[in-house]
Parts: sequence; structure tokens; C-alpha cells
Amino acid sequence: MNAVQLISTGKCYNRHWAVRDVDLSLAPGERLALLGHNGAGKTTLLKLILGLTRPDEGEVKVFGEAPGQARRTIRTTIGFLPENVSFHDAMSGRETLRFYARLKKRSSKECAALLERVGLADAADRRVSTYSKGMRQRLGLAQALLGNPRLLLLDEPTTGLDPALRQAFYDILSDLAAQGTTVLLSSHLLTELEERTDRIAVMHQGRLLITGNLADLRRRAGLPVTLHLKIAAGKTSMVASALAGFAPETNGGDNLHLACAPADKMALLRQIGVLGTDILDVEINHPGLDAIYAHVTDAANAERTRP
Amino acid sequence: MNALLTIAGKEVKDGLRNRWAVTATLVLAGLALALAFLGSAPTGHVGVPPLAVTVVSLASLTVFLVPLIALILSYDALIGEVERGTMLLLLTYPVRRWQIVGGKFIGHTVVLGLATVVGYGVAGLAIAVTAPAGTAGNWLSFFVLIATSVALGTAFLALGYLVSSLVSEHATAAGLAVGLWLLLVLLFDMALLGLLAATEGRGLSPALFRWVLMLNPTDVFRLINLASFADVRTYSGMAGLPALAQIPVEALAGALVVWIGLPLVLTMAIFSRRPL
Repeated sequence: MNAVQLISTGKCYNRHWAVRDVDLSLAPGERLALLGHNGAGKTTLLKLILGLTRPDEGEVKVFGEAPGQARRTIRTTIGFLPENVSFHDAMSGRETLRFYARLKKRSSKECAALLERVGLADAADRRVSTYSKGMRQRLGLAQALLGNPRLLLLDEPTTGLDPALRQAFYDILSDLAAQGTTVLLSSHLLTELEERTDRIAVMHQGRLLITGNLADLRRRAGLPVTLHLKIAAGKTSMVASALAGFAPETNGGDNLHLACAPADKMALLRQIGVLGTDILDVEINHPGLDAIYAHVTDAANAERTRP
Repeated sequence: MNALLTIAGKEVKDGLRNRWAVTATLVLAGLALALAFLGSAPTGHVGVPPLAVTVVSLASLTVFLVPLIALILSYDALIGEVERGTMLLLLTYPVRRWQIVGGKFIGHTVVLGLATVVGYGVAGLAIAVTAPAGTAGNWLSFFVLIATSVALGTAFLALGYLVSSLVSEHATAAGLAVGLWLLLVLLFDMALLGLLAATEGRGLSPALFRWVLMLNPTDVFRLINLASFADVRTYSGMAGLPALAQIPVEALAGALVVWIGLPLVLTMAIFSRRPL
């Protein structure tokens, strides 16, 4: 059974479709990153999965049930970290976490362990009003992890975290995914997601443009691979003419820049291999998530503005 | 522990840490003490006046102050959490929406009840300690005053919750709460008085007049406290109004319960349907 199943789901607010025609399924233990600009529909999609709002079109299923009408016990197995999480300022971190733990019927021992895990053990008895943005975010993560959830929904989880904490955060996510927890996180910090999620879904104006792993996305976006060659002294023009089919550009020195479709990459590399010692070094750059994301959303915009 | 009690407990803790609860208690205690010892001035006595006079004075204080405190506590209760984003998170927990409304309401009632009981209780103790033995009078009327003050406050808490569930911004809720206070505490009686004066008392039949008074929780409160006890009636100017005293106190108490229950149930129904 899929942890999450969306079937041509749509949600309309005041005649504006915040989410439309979304088909998406998440297997247990899968980590999916949801990408999109602000207002692309990411948060609405999370709210639909959480059962906070009902779809106007299609279906939403979480562990096989519609989340709005589901038994409340299903909610004890879901963890959620909202965007810009906020707490009651007058309560301490420990009291806050215990409050949420009681609602999920979890022990205060688990709270202490979680505070330790997110690095808040020392600040646990301070009021939340004295917490920094990063500390609130960590407290938010701690409450989302209460009761070892089978499904974890995280809305922009790493904003406000410094690089070391971000690393620790993704380590926690990897541990959870290894235990079979499904993780859906939304973000617009693209570079950090590249290696840390199994699948990426790009949302734009309420629609799901593309889903797949990074290699899939690269292939489907069809963005060129770029190569930088360092050529032995005096051989630049000779190499350039040998690789003329790939339209090499030179800066006049010993460097050549080439671009090719992903499918032609190996053919190009074989040709480079034939040139032997005339080529000193090769640097291959695959398009990053940033470039893919920009390409996919630009293409969608172009389609929309076409008459 | 039940989700309802967990939320109520958090609200009590929050309320006790919030300086508003302490301030409300101090204001109520201070004004109650002042009225208990200075309230004799209009009757020409010097020193501790009969308890009945204090009851009349405190009843007037309650009518103005307790609804105000209750509305300040409650107008923000739901919309404030929606705006701050804490509600979104709470709704993803295994909690029903009526439990959120009910839990917070119970918590606020406990806070307001504590402030009222402690504030007025201090005044009562002061009277009991300083009055010569046997002269204090009818303590039942004093206990009824405290109980009905809490009930009146609870009714206004429920009205505040209703306001909070209806609006989409807390500023709107604040405005509506002020309007509600003006309407029920000041304007309603003025309008009624104006109508009676303009029609020389013939505008409303006594039976209808009684029903109209039931439409305002502050009037129900006044009738219970000012007209139900013989010794209090002499000081409150209600002695000459036999028609008013004919409403049985059980019916008045029932009216207060309706004023608490109806807005609360409405709030739960509205909040359960509210999209977020």
C-alpha cells in the first residue's frame, strides 16, 4: 500500500486552482522533494495530504484512507513540520514538546530523547520566546518526529538552519527513511536536495510538471552536458577541428568548451579518447537541479503564454 | 490523558503565566475591597456596611468589568492561533476541532473563575474578619454573587469565542468584542429604558418585558443578584418592582446556562466547518 496516493487531485480557492490534476504516489520509505516557487501549490498539496482541506477534484489517500474522514489514529502516525513553525512563547521547549506528546499519547521520556536528538537538550527549559529561528525549527522537527511517524511531511524544513544543523537534519531523515518512514519535503533550496532525496517533483502553478530522480529529470529536461577540455600547448586548433561536430568554443588559449545532448556524451568522450595525449584534462558538468528547475518552469510558462 | 483536558491544562498554564490573569485578579480584588469598605458612603453609614450593600456594589462592578475581562481573554482565542500558525499544527494532531474549542474554553473558564473567586473572595474574607459577629447578614447572597459572576464571565467567554470563530483577522474580532460589550452592558438597557420612558411604561407588557430581559446575560445576572434576595432588594432599589421578582431564580439560572451553552455550541459548529 502506498503511503500517499493522489489521483488527479485539484483544490480551488476563490476560482483559483491552487492545485490541479496532480497524480502522485509515495511508496513506504521513499524520500520525495517537492520543488516550486512560492505559490506553486506546495503547501496546499501538503494540507490536502494532512486532511486539513478537502480536494475539490480527484482523490487523496493516506495509507489507503481519505485523510479528512480517516480514523484519528492515522494522525498519530503522521508527523508534520509547517513552514515558519510557531509555538506558544510563554512555554518552555520541554513543555511545548510534552504538550504535543500528550496529544499523541507519547511518553515524556521520548520527549527528552528527541530534544537530545535535535540538539535542544541544554535549552529545553528556556522559554520558546528566547529561541532563535533555528532552535524553533529544531523544536518543530522534534514534534514532527514524535511517535516515530510512518509519514513525515516537512514544509521548507531547512530554512533558518545553519549548514552543520542542515547536515544533521538530513542525517535524521536518512535514518528515518531507512526505517521505512516516507518523507515528503518541500523546498526551494535546490542544491542541497540533489543527493538527499530519492525522487524530485517539480510543481508550477498548481500542476506537477515532472517527477523522477535526478538522472530522469536531466534526461527529460534534455539540457546539454558541458565539457571543458585542457589542451596541450599549440594543439588547440587541431583538436577544435577534430571535434568540429560538437561546435567547440575556444577562448584563444589552451581551453575548449563544448556542449552536447546527454545522449551524445559518450560519443564525444570516445572521440576525445582517440585524441590521446593532446588533451590534458576533461571536466564534465551535468546540469544541476537549479538549471533543470529553471528550464522546466520556463517551458511551462512559455506553453501557458502561447496563444 | 484526554485531548480536551490536555488542551485545557495548557490553556490554564498559559493563562496563569500571562500577566492578564494576575492583573485581572488584582483589579477585581482591589475594586472589590474598595467597594466593600467605601461602599457604605451612599447609605450614610461609616465603617463596614451590611453585606447586602456590598453585594449590590459588587454586582455593578461585575456587570461592567467581568464581561470586559472575559472578552479580552477570548476574542483572540481561535483567530489568534490561526494567525500565529499554531492552529495549523494542532489540527494535524489526533484532536477533533470541538475538542480544541472545548479545551481552550474550559481552560479560559478556569482562569477567569480563579480571578473572580480570588478577587471577590478576598473582599468577602475582609468583611468576615472585620464585621462584628452576627451582623454580616446573608452570606448566601454573597456566594450566589460569586457563582453568577463566574457564570456571567463564562457566558461572555463563549460570546468571545463565537466572535473569534467568525472573523478572519484578530483586529476584526477585537472590534466586534468592543461592540458586543457596549451593546450588552450599556446600550441594551439604555434602549429598553428609552422605550419604556417614551411609551410611559406601556410599550411592553410585564410578561414581554421579562422575556426581553432574558435576551441580555447582564440583565439576567442583575435580576438574580439584585432582585432574588429580600435584604439585597431593599438596597438595590428593586423592592418596588414585584413584577420583576416573579421570574423564578431557576429560570434565570437556566437563562445564564443557555447564554453559555448556545454560543459555545455555535462556535464548535462554525469552527468545525472553517477552512484553513
